[in-house]
This record gives sequence, C-alpha cells and structure tokens, in this order.
Amino acid sequence: MFRLMRRRMTSAVMFAMTGICTVVVIGALFFILGYLFWKGGRYVNWDFFTKLPAPVGEAGGGMANAIIGSAKLLLLATLIGMPIGFLGGVYLAEYGGKTFPFMVRYVTDLLNGVPSIVIGIFAYTVVVLKVRHFSAWAGGFALGIMMIPIALRSTEEFLRQVPNGLREAALALGAARWQMILTVVVPAALRGIVAGMMLDVARVAGETAPLLFTSFGNRFWSEGFDKPTASLPVMIFNYAIGPYEDWHRQAWAAGFVLLAMVFMFNVTARLLVSWRRH
Amino acid sequence: MPINVPIPDEQADGQADMLADGRVDLAGAPLPVQAADGHGPAIVCSRSFCLYYGSRVGVKDIDMEIYPRSVTSIIGPSGCGKSTFLRSINRMNDLVPGARASGVLEVNGQDVYDKRINLVNLRQQVGMVFQRPNPFPKSIFDNVAYGPRIQGIRRAARLEEVVERCLIQAALWGEVKDDLRKSALSLSGGQQQRLCIARALATGPKVLLMDEPCSALDPVATARIEELIAALKNDYTMVIVTHNMQQAARVSDRTAFFCLGELIEVGLTRDIFTAPKKRQTEDYVTGRFG
Repeated sequence: MFRLMRRRMTSAVMFAMTGICTVVVIGALFFILGYLFWKGGRYVNWDFFTKLPAPVGEAGGGMANAIIGSAKLLLLATLIGMPIGFLGGVYLAEYGGKTFPFMVRYVTDLLNGVPSIVIGIFAYTVVVLKVRHFSAWAGGFALGIMMIPIALRSTEEFLRQVPNGLREAALALGAARWQMILTVVVPAALRGIVAGMMLDVARVAGETAPLLFTSFGNRFWSEGFDKPTASLPVMIFNYAIGPYEDWHRQAWAAGFVLLAMVFMFNVTARLLVSWRRH
Repeated sequence: MPINVPIPDEQADGQADMLADGRVDLAGAPLPVQAADGHGPAIVCSRSFCLYYGSRVGVKDIDMEIYPRSVTSIIGPSGCGKSTFLRSINRMNDLVPGARASGVLEVNGQDVYDKRINLVNLRQQVGMVFQRPNPFPKSIFDNVAYGPRIQGIRRAARLEEVVERCLIQAALWGEVKDDLRKSALSLSGGQQQRLCIARALATGPKVLLMDEPCSALDPVATARIEELIAALKNDYTMVIVTHNMQQAARVSDRTAFFCLGELIEVGLTRDIFTAPKKRQTEDYVTGRFG
C-alpha cells in the first residue's frame, strides 16, 4: 500500500516538474515573441517595407533594400546549398559503402559546427579578395555553405524514412537504381525534403556574422548580384549599435519582421510534413 | 551488349512484337492454353544452385524445374530458404550485401547469374509480388503504369489500355474503374495486393513470383487472390512461396518442399500431399513438425 502511494507521489512530482519545464520553455518563447512585438511591432509600417534608409541622422525611411537584399542572398544560398545538400543526402541514403559515406557524414557534421564567422572569413578570402569588392555572390556563397550540412542530413533522414518495400517493388518492376530513386523514393520523401529545406533557409536567414564582410551592407538599392547588398540581420546589427533612437526603433521592427518570417517558414514546414492527403 | 532473357519458341505466339532493342511490345494477346501435366520444356530450371549470404548458407544444391503455365508452390518451415530461392530467380537477392550464388539458375534457357545479363529486362520478364502489399504512394493508374512507363511507353492511349487490361486480369477493375486517379493507399489491404499483382502484370512478364502473397490478408481477401491465381494460370507461370500448406494444396499443380536450405522433394501437388516419397516431407505435411 505504501509502495503504491510512493509511486503515485513520484508520478505526481515528475508530472509537475515536466509541466513546469514546459511552461518555462513556452513562456520564454512567448516572452521573446511578445517583447519583440511590443517593442518592434508598432513601428512596422508601410514605410518600413517600401522606403530606403533615410540619410544618416534623419528620422524616417525604411528597410526595403534590406528585405530585397535578404531575399537575394537567400535565393543564392538556396541555389548553392540545396543541390549539393540534396544530392549528398541521396548518395548517403541510397548508395552503400562503409568508408566514404562515413567520411561524408563526419565532415558534414564538422562543417555544421564551424562558427559562422569563420565561414564568413572563408567566403571573404575566396570571393571578396579575388574580385576586390563586396557582393551578394560572396554573401550568398557563405550562406550556401552554411546550408549544406542541414540540407544533406535532413534529406538523408527523410529518404531513409521511405519504406524499403517501395524500393524493392520498383526494382522488381525493372527500374534501374537511378530510376527507382528519381521516380519512387524521392517523390515519396519530397514533402519532408522540402520542409527540411524551408527550415534550413529559415535558420540561415538570421545569420549576421558571415554577411558582415561578404555582402557588407548597402544604404541604397544594389543592382544585380555584384554589389554590396543590404540584408536584414546586418541592418539590425548596424542600427542597434548606432546612436539614434529612430534607428533603434527600426532595428526592433526589423527584428520583428525577421522573426515573423522565420516563424512562417517553420509553420509551413511543419504543415507540409503533417498534412495528410489520404 | 547485355544479354536479354529469350522468349521460348513455344510461347512466341507471333502476336507479341519484339522491339529492336529486345523489349517486348505489350500488345501481345494472351498465350494459348496448355495443360500443366503435359508440360513442355522448363521455363525456370536450377541445377546445383546455391546462394550464400556471406558465409551463411541460404539455399544449397537446388535442382528444380518449373514448367510453363503452371502454379508451383514452395513450402517448408520458416527459414528454410523458400524466399531466398524465389528471390534468386529475379535476382532480388542482389540487394542483400554479401549475397553470392553458385550453380546454374536459368530462365528460358538463359543463366540469370551470367555476368552479362540485362537485369532490367530480367525483372520485366520475371515479375514479383511481395508479402506485404507495397503500392507506391501515387494514384492507382500511376502504380500500374509504372512498369510500362519505365520501359519507355509514353502514349496515354497505350498506357490506359495496358492499365485497364492488367486491372481486369487482377480482378480489380470493377472496384476502381470509376476513379483511377485516387491514391493507391486508400485501398484496402486485399485491394492493394491485387493492385500490386496488376502492377507486376503490366510489364508483360512470363513468370510471376509471389512471396507469401496472402499472409498479410484476411481470409476473404485470401480467397479472392487464390481465385485470381487460378485464373492467371492460363497465361502466366507462377511460383508461390507459402507457409500455408492448405493453400499450396488448393492452388498449385506442383509443390516443392524445402527444409534447412535444401530441396527435399518436388513433384505433383497431389503426390506430395498424399504419397510423399521422403520421410521428412511426410512429417511436414502431416504436421509432425513445422
């Protein structure tokens, strides 16, 4: 009888503790969201999305160029990181072997752990120093490298989740290995792979350090990809440490917009994976 | 130049078109009916065939013949090599790392373990249905059309014709004809297995291998598949692995009894079940061990 009471009490205590931890975590998230919304949400207005930054010292202006710039950089990063990550993931999941796949996985995980500023320095050396100017190419290159490990591992994970029965069925019907992968395995895993890519983009969207000396920043529009390009994280960085109150307000607003974008990507990715069509 | 599995003379009805690169055009009409007892030359023939998984023996010294347009069942206790032998016929064992074969295993006179064999062609000629239904997460139409599409057939009219013919042969047409675009995963287990049979038939195989096709199905679905097997016997050669002896007695013309990786006895089904020659066979079919 006493044992039963003790078990019940332990269960209750553990339940309470997990409940408290859950509340703390969710509370922290809501606190950040709420604080950002309160501090920055009220300064998000039409100007923010459509105007260029005002001359230094003047109030007003917006971050239109930073939003477009971030979009350009993320587009480049996706074009660089996604194919490499996807094909690498396909290789690891579908083709066997012991040593080479092991090395690929290990190196990928190492790359994932490299500090983002070091990746920025690498992009600086390889791209910026060669052409002697900052550009969106360099920034996109740095972000693309950061995208590879996550894209690769997430693609591999989702491909592994495809049941082997489908592979056997395709091969037994006379499909060559590449046909099986292209027409059966990848389509079966596609929603997960796309969701993984979206999460990858969302993660990379907020990276500031690698952009500081690759795309550098720009107070005006940048035509094409060969000029220094503004981006939201770098703008936040510059404005937050600046001396003007108006700049601080705009930095909060930018932080809110960035968070909202990341949030939307995350939710879409989750919906993609869990939405059951049948 | 990879070798294709040849079409045996007595089955070449002149109506199936052989394309220049060895593919068989699926327009061929059903093959003429031939009684199983008056069997012609074997369509699948193994001589001292062994398959090893690394150092472990899968099957050893199998001498067996499978005759055209008949149903041959392979029975035996778990782990005796039935599925291993079946999967060797269309070289699905290649998927297991460390699998190697010795001896001869011929389909239509062509050794399938010849290094030069065209695996794609072999698997189109020798179809397979698996234990658990494994339809692709695509529409019913796309599932059945998968084989022909892989072969390069693109014209919608041809594909529709093949899909309809195979679904009729698999006794599924009536149930799905209203909406072929529906996802295959929305079908019941028995329907999915019939879909897998239709899918296997769509490549125009001569031999159909079935690895315990009913073990994941309820008795009603099982009965329908057995009816299907009886109907398909006229046009296809079937090899069925089953752990259900009564099913073997119901559907097959010839039965092979495997035990611990070896072929103990093979012969007409009624002989195996009523007058087996080997003591081990008798013990198994009477239920003394299993």
